[in-house]
Amino acid sequence: MRHLLSTGDLSRDEATLILDTATELAQVGDRSVKKLPTLRGRTVVNLFYEDSTRTRTSFELAAKRLSADVINFSAKGSSVSKGESLKDTALTLQAMGADGVVIRHSASGAAHRLANWVDGSVLNAGDGTHEHPTQALLDAFTMRSRLGRLEGLRVAVVGDILHSRVARSNVLLLTTLGAHVTLVAPPTLLPVSVHTWPCEVSYDLDTVLPKADVVMMLRVQAERMHESFFPSTREYSRNYGLDAERLARMPEDAIVMHPGPMVRGMEISAEVADSPRCTVTEQVANGVSLRMAVLYLLLSGS
Amino acid sequence: MHARKPADGDADGGVPRAREGARAVLDGNEINRALTRIAHEVLERTKGGEDVTLLGIPSRGVPLARRLARRIERVEEMSVPVGSLDITMYRDDLRSSPVRALGRTEIPTGGLDDRVVVLIDDVLFSGRTVRAALDALGDLGRPRAVQLAVLVDRGHRELPIRADYVGKNLPTSLRENVTVCLEETDGEDAVLLSPSRPSPSTTLNRRPSAEDPSSPSPSTTLNRRPSAEDPSSPSPSTTEGND
Repeated sequence: MRHLLSTGDLSRDEATLILDTATELAQVGDRSVKKLPTLRGRTVVNLFYEDSTRTRTSFELAAKRLSADVINFSAKGSSVSKGESLKDTALTLQAMGADGVVIRHSASGAAHRLANWVDGSVLNAGDGTHEHPTQALLDAFTMRSRLGRLEGLRVAVVGDILHSRVARSNVLLLTTLGAHVTLVAPPTLLPVSVHTWPCEVSYDLDTVLPKADVVMMLRVQAERMHESFFPSTREYSRNYGLDAERLARMPEDAIVMHPGPMVRGMEISAEVADSPRCTVTEQVANGVSLRMAVLYLLLSGS
Repeated sequence: MHARKPADGDADGGVPRAREGARAVLDGNEINRALTRIAHEVLERTKGGEDVTLLGIPSRGVPLARRLARRIERVEEMSVPVGSLDITMYRDDLRSSPVRALGRTEIPTGGLDDRVVVLIDDVLFSGRTVRAALDALGDLGRPRAVQLAVLVDRGHRELPIRADYVGKNLPTSLRENVTVCLEETDGEDAVLLSPSRPSPSTTLNRRPSAEDPSSPSPSTTLNRRPSAEDPSSPSPSTTEGND
């Protein structure tokens, strides 16, 4: 495999290999020298057409820990704001000899298009409402290290599924790895094609919670909403928000995940967000190891 | 993204089937005796083994390190920290071979600073694995001294590296393969010497002749051998993990 565009492309063995590699690479963060010489002389371009702090810094840190040269290229303040197309930008990067391109774009499918234009590896860091493979991989990694397994795990993904690339990537990946996913959202926030996804769907959070090993809360992506999908934020929060009372009804060792950024008081209460069962900061730390694993597997070797 | 599993990818890996023409140079008892001797030598050279930490290089070096530790403990009645040091990320041939799966690195609690680290590997060949191990050690701490113990030294060094403790010096030709089998990983103890390795696809129906420099087709990269006549392929030997 040359690119990482969708978690749907990953076989169970490939996905497991990525997670296992990340497990070994996680140790690097604890060493005195937090750097490996593996990708010395390789160039990774972070091509970000959408704002991102977490993902971009995570990829940057991962690449730097592997000794790759990193170029950050954001749409603001670059040739893109002067009207350059994605293809021309891609060809520019190609001419500069980028070995890997990490792309985030507001258009679904942007990473796929880019993969046809450049010789290097393309890593999808989020394309529109389509996919965000490394996020799903780091989520699976976090579940595996917290709960010890993925096979048979019951995962509830709650919130704005319609606009979420994280949800799709997670459903595809977790199903491949043997977990059972249930999507929970108001009908207005589910994509029309959701019945074709390999998962269950529920509109009622309270019936799903007592049977969930993992509950993943998603942010309501107001910036992508051009019409109203629910009557009020208060009503959304009452029906689909995770508060301490709901947390108490979950199995004792169940964990709460969130891909971030969190909106406290909306999909998750401050109390839950700060509880030790919430893995948000762990997910961020795991993100670096996971992205190191992906960069290593895609960029090293011939 | 098809990484090779350390167990079956390394040339020292694979199932220890009695390869045609393979000859056992060391049997289980001889391996044990060699390890016992090395254990005594380590104690002697390090004046009682006070600050010694043993680090095995995956995959075969790790069980060897554990065995060595047990022997040292039996002789001196002291416990020796044992760990493993994966050198995959430090290899100099990563670009020229398919992606490799990582082995495990476990540094014993207490770290490596001011310890006498004894690296343990199964076969010392080109020396490139040990070069990588020294680089890896430098990122993990600052040992007082680093020594090297190997079960078999087969010669053909490509770097200025030598072993401090050697189980057996085994003069080999570059066309021969040395395979170390250990009970922990392969079910039995033996060191096998076999004529030039056939590529996996041809193992079954073809015996490589000495005139055939093991059909260097790209698909056989995993097992390609450096031929003596071909100095332009300096490092593939290290892909074998036999050094």
